Amino acid sequence: MSTQTETAAKVQSAEPLFSKKNRKLLVDPLDGNNPITVQVLGICSALAVTVQMKPALVMSLGVIFVASFSSLFISLLRNTIPTRIRIIVQLAVVASWVVIVDQVLKAYVYDVSKQLSVFVGLIITNCIIMGRLEAFALGNKPWPSFLDGIGNGLGYGVILIIVAFFRELLGSGSVFGVKILGADSLTGLPYQGNGLMMLPAGACIVIGLLIWAQRARNGYAEEH
Amino acid sequence: MQQSNFYVIAYTAGLTIICGLLLAVTATGLKPRQQENIALEQKKNILASVMTLQPTDDIKSIYEKRVKSYVVDFEGEVKQGIKAEQVAVAEEYKKNKEDRLYPVYEILSETNPAKTEYYVFPVYGFGLWDNIWGFVALQDDLNTIKGVKFEHKGETPGLGARIATEEIQARYVGKKIFEGDKVVSVVMQKGEGQDYSNNPHQVDGMSGATITGKGVNKMLLEYFEGYYNFIKSKSNNKISFNQ
Repeated sequence: MSTQTETAAKVQSAEPLFSKKNRKLLVDPLDGNNPITVQVLGICSALAVTVQMKPALVMSLGVIFVASFSSLFISLLRNTIPTRIRIIVQLAVVASWVVIVDQVLKAYVYDVSKQLSVFVGLIITNCIIMGRLEAFALGNKPWPSFLDGIGNGLGYGVILIIVAFFRELLGSGSVFGVKILGADSLTGLPYQGNGLMMLPAGACIVIGLLIWAQRARNGYAEEH
Repeated sequence: MQQSNFYVIAYTAGLTIICGLLLAVTATGLKPRQQENIALEQKKNILASVMTLQPTDDIKSIYEKRVKSYVVDFEGEVKQGIKAEQVAVAEEYKKNKEDRLYPVYEILSETNPAKTEYYVFPVYGFGLWDNIWGFVALQDDLNTIKGVKFEHKGETPGLGARIATEEIQARYVGKKIFEGDKVVSVVMQKGEGQDYSNNPHQVDGMSGATITGKGVNKMLLEYFEGYYNFIKSKSNNKISFNQ
């Protein structure tokens, strides 16, 4: 009897892994607090790697990985990091993860790593990651920080994949490399690829429309 | 929390050592696999310059069966003891044209392994932003282009980067590199949309990527000249270009 109450008390004091608060960390960046469409961060790579869906997907996975593990490690170190050099420490941790991701991609998915070229390396400078480290991981426990990293990586990835879907479909008439539109495709519908969608300008337009649509739906407005 | 200078310095040193160690282990551990990928990529590009490859094809076995490779120097003499696959074209590119090693890949006929169907030469040059390279395959007359395969490091996507697309590469098929005994190469023109099918030495340009096009032209001419003595000695045994 007494052991039962003890465990019950323990459970109460320890927060469940996926409590409401933690779930919020994971889900919030997907929509209401999306790093790309709401905070308008990480735009550069979103314009660059979204010509096709496959590189966009791999890039998203890379960012999710780097964001979550950097957050985890910075959060673990948060009480030891000297405040004066915290940005340098963050940068070192992020850069290490990024180089590891880059090396693994080169070893296991060589063709994709060639397509992504410098953009994997540029994850280091992705404002989303540094932003989350600075704003969240430095002041929170490892597990919520890890979730926050995953959530923000996912929020970035979702937008990347939506943009890549429209760009690949409209630009080259295919989805994930499978021809959907055009004479020699699955549907056989006549379609001439839209060259604008292949250029970063096309991505800019798609992202702009996404931001518009999402803000109109959520009623979010920039503070003046 | 205010830390002493010693703490800050020790912290940085420790962090550097840990990160450095981690990266060194990763890089060394993955190196064999990465090099394998690079070698396979090269074989794939050599084969892709003469045939259409399916993603399911076993590149290694096709390559072993169909490709005979060796290295020649500027004079066209075969260099013994050097494997063509191990010649770093990027390093050779830095030397004078006369001092470079020139790998040659002969693609043998599928039915008759004694007959060479195509000759594939690596090429290397500079585009607008960074290096460009590739392979040029010639028919067994050593004059007509069978196919080209270009790669680039940092050309502008949608503009200069188009040299890596089939659309651009297909324009080179059937073009001739010799005019009589003289190398004239194949020259990409400025502007796009013209028909050059009647001119064996010109191909349509890439709109908005004239400088990349010029880089390609320079690269091709330079390497056709580099292989000139080899081509000449090969074809003297067969046919003369003046015919």
